Amino acid sequence: MTFTLIGTIATAVFLLIGASFTLVAAIGLLKLNDGMTRLHAPTKAGTVGVGALLLASMTHSHTLGEGSMHELLIMAFLFVTAPISANFIAKVNIHRRSCQTPPSPPRDDMWSTLDVPEADREFVEAEQ
Amino acid sequence: MSFANAFMDWALIIAFGVVALSQIMSMIRLVIGPDTGDRILALDTMVINAIGLIILLGVAQGTRIYFEASMIIAMLGFVSTVAYARFVLRGDIIE
Repeated sequence: MTFTLIGTIATAVFLLIGASFTLVAAIGLLKLNDGMTRLHAPTKAGTVGVGALLLASMTHSHTLGEGSMHELLIMAFLFVTAPISANFIAKVNIHRRSCQTPPSPPRDDMWSTLDVPEADREFVEAEQ
Repeated sequence: MSFANAFMDWALIIAFGVVALSQIMSMIRLVIGPDTGDRILALDTMVINAIGLIILLGVAQGTRIYFEASMIIAMLGFVSTVAYARFVLRGDIIE
């Protein structure tokens, strides 16, 4: 009786936490005014938002009696892949020069994503 | 007990509405996004929100059959984000 009560309330609280973090991420994605700044907001939806929703799903299935831990797989997958896709999107921003270019690296001439091979220089200059 | 069930029902309704609203907001960013990076980011966020919506559907119906769907969408979303970004970066996906 009390276990079901606590489980139901915990599920509802997790649902509300996840939904609010998802909303915060969407507001940040819509309102921030720079490409690199916008990159920062949706990471909250990817980790805490969906993480709390998955926790709610786990709590709910345990409350109903047939417990399942499968959701941990999705959580682990999202936690592993979120930094990789964020890194790729940041590289796209640098590559398209839609942000302030970072200061030149200490050792090489320029960042590798901005480096154009010798043979392709004329195409890039013709494009710009 | 009835209080907990009512709280749960309201939380589900609110969560559905809020996640759908954030899906619409990231779709606005997908349409107006000034650069390619913003569009990739908006698509990635929409995939994340779709996973959230599917999980919410599973909680609402009390079943576990949506687990595989959300897992597949998570994998597909990561691969498509990386493919789109690589296409912009290198002009090719698999060299």
